[in-house]
Amino acid sequence: MSLQLDFPAVLERWPSFLAGAVLTLELAAFSTVCGAVLGTLAAVGRGAHSALIAAACKIYVEAIRNTPLLVQIFLVYFGLASLGLKFSAFTVAVAALTINVGAYTAEIMRAGFEAIPRGQIEAAEGLALSRLQIYWHIILLPAIEKVYPALTSQFVLLMLASSVCSQISAEELTAVANYIQSDTYRAFETYIIVAVLYIILSLVMRAGFWGLGLVLFPRRRRLGTPL
Amino acid sequence: MGGHLNINHLIFLGQGALWTIGLSVIALIGGGIVGFVIALARISPLKSVRIASAVYVQLIQGTPLLVILFLGYFGLAAIGLQVSPLAAAGASLTLYVAAYLGEIWRGCIQSVPKPQWEAAEGLALSRTQRMMKVILPQAIRIATPPTVGFMVQIVKNTSLASVVGFVELMRSGQIVNNSLFEPFAIYAIIAVTYFAMCYPLSLFSQRLERRMGRGRSNLAPA
Repeated sequence: MSLQLDFPAVLERWPSFLAGAVLTLELAAFSTVCGAVLGTLAAVGRGAHSALIAAACKIYVEAIRNTPLLVQIFLVYFGLASLGLKFSAFTVAVAALTINVGAYTAEIMRAGFEAIPRGQIEAAEGLALSRLQIYWHIILLPAIEKVYPALTSQFVLLMLASSVCSQISAEELTAVANYIQSDTYRAFETYIIVAVLYIILSLVMRAGFWGLGLVLFPRRRRLGTPL
Repeated sequence: MGGHLNINHLIFLGQGALWTIGLSVIALIGGGIVGFVIALARISPLKSVRIASAVYVQLIQGTPLLVILFLGYFGLAAIGLQVSPLAAAGASLTLYVAAYLGEIWRGCIQSVPKPQWEAAEGLALSRTQRMMKVILPQAIRIATPPTVGFMVQIVKNTSLASVVGFVELMRSGQIVNNSLFEPFAIYAIIAVTYFAMCYPLSLFSQRLERRMGRGRSNLAPA
């Protein structure tokens, strides 16, 4: 048996690969933004005075973190359908990924909140800052700065996990690969190319977050704390 | 559509759940062995070994498990190596888990205080002795909570083996759904089953972490 690899035959489908990669990035971008907001709210909610809200946020975080994304996607997909709501695969994918990454973001943000020294909040109260000001300037922004590295690697993992959306026929990179390999019978070459594309995407995302961190946290940059 | 959920369906799902546990154990043992080698290679005195293992970790951590699974199942078949779904899933998960556990364990080994290395060196222990008798016993203590935490990821990630036709919990749910067509109810059962497997591990990992934290604060220098 001789091994014959024919990468050009697969590479000539590059417009499809490119479209898939773009859709993967779009999925990741939408669900990162929505998930960051949802996760921050859930983290704030876990510290709420109302026991009901705190319990609801805890249940959300634990339920999501202890079940596979694949099951969550199917539940959202069929759950919405059984309610009679018809959405595109892309919308369902963004919704499921948002719910998923929101739970992980909530855990990370909670760690960030807990790392804020109590004295800083008391000092802010002493300076007569309003509750909203305290939350924004003393708790939220410094907490984000502290957990920024953990958050960004979670978002890169989310981009990789979005490959699972191929299972509900969202036309992202992995779905494109499945289509091309069944069309060309060149599964090995196709998946090698797609793996390389994912590696490039994750490097691009990491570089992007690193640059964003330099812009967002000038204090950290001055102190020379690595991001 | 095709009848109701009965005891036979539940038995079938139970068998799937057992395969999920089986596959998780395979991935943990395989990934643990390879991951241990990766962890040692990452701190090897040889630069080429360090670079090679770092490249391996970066490649695997930059690729979705789903793509690794497709590569292991359809990819190898396309170049003439027919593998069973179990072999493909077991091998892919092993490679994937090894990259993550290797990095976790490397961090644990490196977090053993530097004076411990120096003291072991001062006692004229060889590199192997230093590692086996001084560093690893302490590193294992540090490594236990994150490793148990990562086992949750392993159990969840075995659900992806369903896409290459391996009949674990997720796939058995899909098969039951094909005959009953009550997707929401069936996937809810599947989700609850996964939760029942993962949540105890999560709690255990949290407890270990808290206990570790206590132990460490006792040891903290004054």
